Amino acid sequence: MTSTSPVEKAGGATATYVDQRIGSNKFLARNLGKVFPDHWSFMLGEIALYSFIVVLLTGVFLTLFFKPSMVEVVYDGSYVPLKGIKMSEAYASSLDISFDIRGGLLLRQMHHWSALIFVAAMAGYSLPDDLLSGTGLQIARGIMQAAPIVGTWMAFLLFGGEFPGTDFISRLYGVHILLIPGLILALVTVHLMLVWTQKHTQFPGPGRTNDNVVGYPLLPVYMAKAGGFFFIVFGIVAFVGGLVTINPIWLFGPFTPDQVSAGSQPDWYIGFLDGALRMMPNWETVIFGWTISWNIMVPAMILPGILFTVLALYPFIEAWVTGDKGEHNLLDRPRNAPTRTGFGMMAITFYALLWIGGANDIIAVAFDLSINAITWFLRVAIFVIPPIVFWITRRTCLGLQRKDQEKLLHGYESGRVLRLPHGEFVEVHQPLSVKDLAVISSKTEHVPLPAPEKADADGVRNKHYKLQMRRHKLSSFFYKESYVRPTDEEIEAGQHHVAHDAELEAPLHAYEDADQINRAHGGVLHHPGMAETNAEQESQH
Amino acid sequence: MTDISPNEGNHKAVETKLGYSPVADIPHRLRAADTDPKAAKRAERQVASMFLLSMLFVVLFIVAYIAIDKSTIIYIPVMGDVGASQVALGFTLAAAIFLIGAGAIQWAKKLMPDVEVVQQRHDQLSPGSATREAEANYERGKDESGFARYKMIRRTLIGALVLFPIPLVILLKDLWVPTKAEQGKSPADILSTTLWTKDTRIVSDGTYAPVRPEDLPVGGLISGVPADLLDVEEIEGNLNARGKAAIILVRMQPDEIRSQQGDGWDYQGIVAYSKICTHVGCPIALYEQRTHHLLCPCHQSTFDLADSGEVVFGPAARRMPQLPIGVDFWERG
Repeated sequence: MTSTSPVEKAGGATATYVDQRIGSNKFLARNLGKVFPDHWSFMLGEIALYSFIVVLLTGVFLTLFFKPSMVEVVYDGSYVPLKGIKMSEAYASSLDISFDIRGGLLLRQMHHWSALIFVAAMAGYSLPDDLLSGTGLQIARGIMQAAPIVGTWMAFLLFGGEFPGTDFISRLYGVHILLIPGLILALVTVHLMLVWTQKHTQFPGPGRTNDNVVGYPLLPVYMAKAGGFFFIVFGIVAFVGGLVTINPIWLFGPFTPDQVSAGSQPDWYIGFLDGALRMMPNWETVIFGWTISWNIMVPAMILPGILFTVLALYPFIEAWVTGDKGEHNLLDRPRNAPTRTGFGMMAITFYALLWIGGANDIIAVAFDLSINAITWFLRVAIFVIPPIVFWITRRTCLGLQRKDQEKLLHGYESGRVLRLPHGEFVEVHQPLSVKDLAVISSKTEHVPLPAPEKADADGVRNKHYKLQMRRHKLSSFFYKESYVRPTDEEIEAGQHHVAHDAELEAPLHAYEDADQINRAHGGVLHHPGMAETNAEQESQH
Repeated sequence: MTDISPNEGNHKAVETKLGYSPVADIPHRLRAADTDPKAAKRAERQVASMFLLSMLFVVLFIVAYIAIDKSTIIYIPVMGDVGASQVALGFTLAAAIFLIGAGAIQWAKKLMPDVEVVQQRHDQLSPGSATREAEANYERGKDESGFARYKMIRRTLIGALVLFPIPLVILLKDLWVPTKAEQGKSPADILSTTLWTKDTRIVSDGTYAPVRPEDLPVGGLISGVPADLLDVEEIEGNLNARGKAAIILVRMQPDEIRSQQGDGWDYQGIVAYSKICTHVGCPIALYEQRTHHLLCPCHQSTFDLADSGEVVFGPAARRMPQLPIGVDFWERG
């Protein structure tokens, strides 16, 4: 060690102390120089992680002042319009945080904004016991009661009786400040450990292969960039929390179960479920005295159940269909996996339509449309539009693949037309840059699973024929029409040819450089004394 | 192709030392600060100024916390009237934090190396010897415990492990302790009764004054609750009764009523329906007098109050319950 400052000496001594006990230097040796790849999209994950940290920090502050109690009190704080009004202690303490604790509203709004960024807010929405959050709880209870057989009992137990009761806020509070953050923290930790052990995946680029990581080392560059970015996110949340009002609970008033405001909108992450509830036709059946509320069960339980299950299982389903169980550290460009990209776009479209459904009243008012017409449109669109989007996306990906193939074999079209001395016109093609070449040529070849035989050579019947056939068909569908990547030799030959093309322009550049006149962009080789117009040209002949 | 395999080259020496090597073939442009000492000095000053400003904003935050009264309202263009303390605290805190991040990133971008490096990945798969050792250990454990041999122990253990969480679930039963009035009733029974009885008077929600027919013009709407609601709320200490008993009264021309849930349940064209949506329980008060439609603001279920409160659109499956009403003539003078 060459350290001389007392701080570094103390740091070194601490490292040795810890190392003696847990052998931490082995970890530091491996990881202080750990390489992280750069890509703008990785920043999104960082934003989510950092907002979560901001949620935790601001949340701790709020717990010191919030009182999760539905005991009725008479408000006597500094917000005049509600003075003397009876309300729950939860709502009163939320008003105190907003008006009587300096910086309280700032922290409350930072908590809400960063939670919106991080999607952790579900339970927090309902805690202040204002009119809007109470309506949210009422809907949640209505959904709960729609669960067959156990629903009503479940609602009675969770609420401690009928709605709204006096227990639910304090129960929800425990879930909100302990269970959910604990669970998220555990999952975030597992996620970061996985990223750390497996090393970050990377997009294709120069020098990037499936077996390496190309980027910046943790110390110092990534530490400064990622660490600095935490402060950027934190700062922006503070700025927005300070200047942009969110959830002005004082305007909604205290909750009572017989009041509601028009245009009640959930926070964005619940919007899709609310949209599903709004779009569902009013189906209900009664079997032996048991009511089955399809109108609530399908959109609020079955649909999210299917949605999240498919989301979780998709990687395994695709691996099974394609038979590709390899380790992938180099990301596929979306166009190089057309079917997967199509499914993704289909899912996003489906989600977006549900989301639009959640705002059908706002849309009806804003665009002066019939709300019934919007709802009917969505009821049909939810089944029709996603498959169309799937098809368009897949065709677009395949088209882009074909364009890539062109580029690999013939370079860029420069758009410059050149007349050669002997009169021939050619369009100049340019070789790809090192970066483009690496990105475009990263496409890997996929082969569908082979069709199974009904029986082997000895005539023994294949027991799994039907399943294998189905898998073969699915994987053929998955890889259908994908363009074949040219071989390395073909690419090299193509790029070489293009480079030769570019040489044709050399005299042109030489001329331009020498003369400093930029007249040549029409594409004809000019030289002093050359005719400018057709008439001149003819007279010269 | 050489362009996509830059690990070959003269960087091997670096790689063995630190585990990574610079990428050879990425076109790399030197920055001003790399070549010009003046530019480097300028970058250093920029970074330090941001950190310095951050400290300054912390001081300003403290000043704002002490100096600005929490009830002061100021006018800011675009934003309108806002709390001065809130805006000052938010802005100074945001600036103090943001500038640290901006400084760090400027430092990384201008002064730290901007050459990408390569690190090799290693197989996650354990070597075969480790897997075999793990298997051998598992087999030894199975063998020594006799888990496979002692069928009875195995089955009773599984049985015990399945049953032991049951008490923990049973303990949740008293999440709901029925009140005296609720005792012996199922949740469904409790939910299907309200405060309304044959002689309950309707009072207006908010003022709690008895509702009189002449208070309600044709096309008008009043939110009503039972007269004893406030007393019940006082005794029960919750809003449960209100959540079930809230009603709306609307008046239309008697001949506009096409049907209702019972003969003569209206009074001179005044009908009373529940205010709680049959879908998931939102309170409803969006009434369109021309069509007599009642629209739920939550999921847009629409009910026709001129036609027994039947569902005309939206996700609700059941019609709105109607309350038969009449007038108590003795009280009229």
